[in-house]
Amino acid sequence: MNKDTYKKIVKDYRKKDKYIRNYLSAFLSGGLIGFLAECLYLIIINLTNISSNNARSIITLAIICIASFLTAIGLFDNLIRKCRSGLIVPTTGFAHSVTSSAIDFKREGLINGIGSNVFHLAGSVILYSIIGSFLLVILKVIISA
Amino acid sequence: MLSFNFKNIYIADYDAIVGPNEKKGHLKKIKNIINDFYYDEKSFELAQIKMQREVINNLLKRNNDINLIIGGDLSNQISSTTYACSNNSISFLGIYTACASFIEGLIISSLLIEKDSSKKVMNITSSHNLAAERQFRFPVEYGVLRNVNSTFTATGAVGCIVSNKKSSIKITNATIGSPSEYDINTPNDIGAIMAPSAAEVIKEHLNNINKSIDYYDLILTGDLGSVGLKILKKYLETKYNIKTNNIIDAGASIYNKINEVNDGASGPAVLPLFFFYNIMHSKKYKNILLVGTGALHSRSLVNQMVPIPGISHAVGIEVKR
Repeated sequence: MNKDTYKKIVKDYRKKDKYIRNYLSAFLSGGLIGFLAECLYLIIINLTNISSNNARSIITLAIICIASFLTAIGLFDNLIRKCRSGLIVPTTGFAHSVTSSAIDFKREGLINGIGSNVFHLAGSVILYSIIGSFLLVILKVIISA
Repeated sequence: MLSFNFKNIYIADYDAIVGPNEKKGHLKKIKNIINDFYYDEKSFELAQIKMQREVINNLLKRNNDINLIIGGDLSNQISSTTYACSNNSISFLGIYTACASFIEGLIISSLLIEKDSSKKVMNITSSHNLAAERQFRFPVEYGVLRNVNSTFTATGAVGCIVSNKKSSIKITNATIGSPSEYDINTPNDIGAIMAPSAAEVIKEHLNNINKSIDYYDLILTGDLGSVGLKILKKYLETKYNIKTNNIIDAGASIYNKINEVNDGASGPAVLPLFFFYNIMHSKKYKNILLVGTGALHSRSLVNQMVPIPGISHAVGIEVKR
């Protein structure tokens, strides 16, 4: 049997993921996080003297702390199974990837374990966001000139 | 492919230890269970070594004069097996054909005993879900979203004694398979990677021993998963016009549906666990062909998108009641 015929057979038998369900749960859970963050933001700027810029930073930090805490007590991976990308795409996912890597490599020591592997998953997010923002800045300079 | 007939080779004794998910599945009369993935150790890798060591010790308590231990597992440099075997002054051979390792071990043991019938050989293998997850996939707590076609590494360690002492499980013949690659480069399709090699080894085995597929009451494949099993049947039918309903896949049958696994269990311990603790208790089958299936991937070659070869070995078993 040649490889193409075989690949056709494999394609026929592979199970399909439930994409619509995944999109919906990601949309709703991701939206819920945004909604909660917005509520928190409104509360902070209306009830305290904190400026809106600072309030945004506080909320981002709060989300990161909550996500990392949930990862550490072993809850976040169960939530991801239900909410799908709704929890991976926002900052929660970034915090989670760093914390879970740290937990995973804890036994291999502070330098060779946690130190060299803490950005095991998040490294590519950091690298490409820096490159992306660099390119955007160049674009902005060109447009404004 | 190479085939062998054996005259007086038996599996005298076996022992196993399994994790919590496997206990909830379709394994019967299994006594040793770990309820915690750490098993009172500091890491999953150490837990796997402890599980394997416990199986070895249980077998050594019941069987004297073991001359050789043969074993392999999925961890890098088969370290779980080698660490578990150290310091017991018994000769050791480490082997690796991924999830077909146990069957490979049975074949090597049978050949050795055929050469020198006084010898007793222990075959061992183990896998640990979270140790494998760390090595092959992502950090455990990351809880990465899994492809629906991917399989779930079983947690368990298993061992058996092969010798010429008569018992109810007789090893009658065996065929050593050859690795084949069908342009599939993702370990998510592990069943599709291994199915062609399983089909080829079944076909070659039947040819070499001059029997039709109906000679075997049961063909038990290792860890193709439910999708891989369907592909195997289709492959046999399309290429060799062999139709059969006597094939069961251990990986697709070991868990209950309630367990959160996508396409079934995988790991070298799955086939021996299901054979010893389910098939052997069902009293339905006499002639059984065990087909161990392995996907020979490494993490760096998977990242380089190189197609993954699969391998299968077959061992014919005669069960006497």
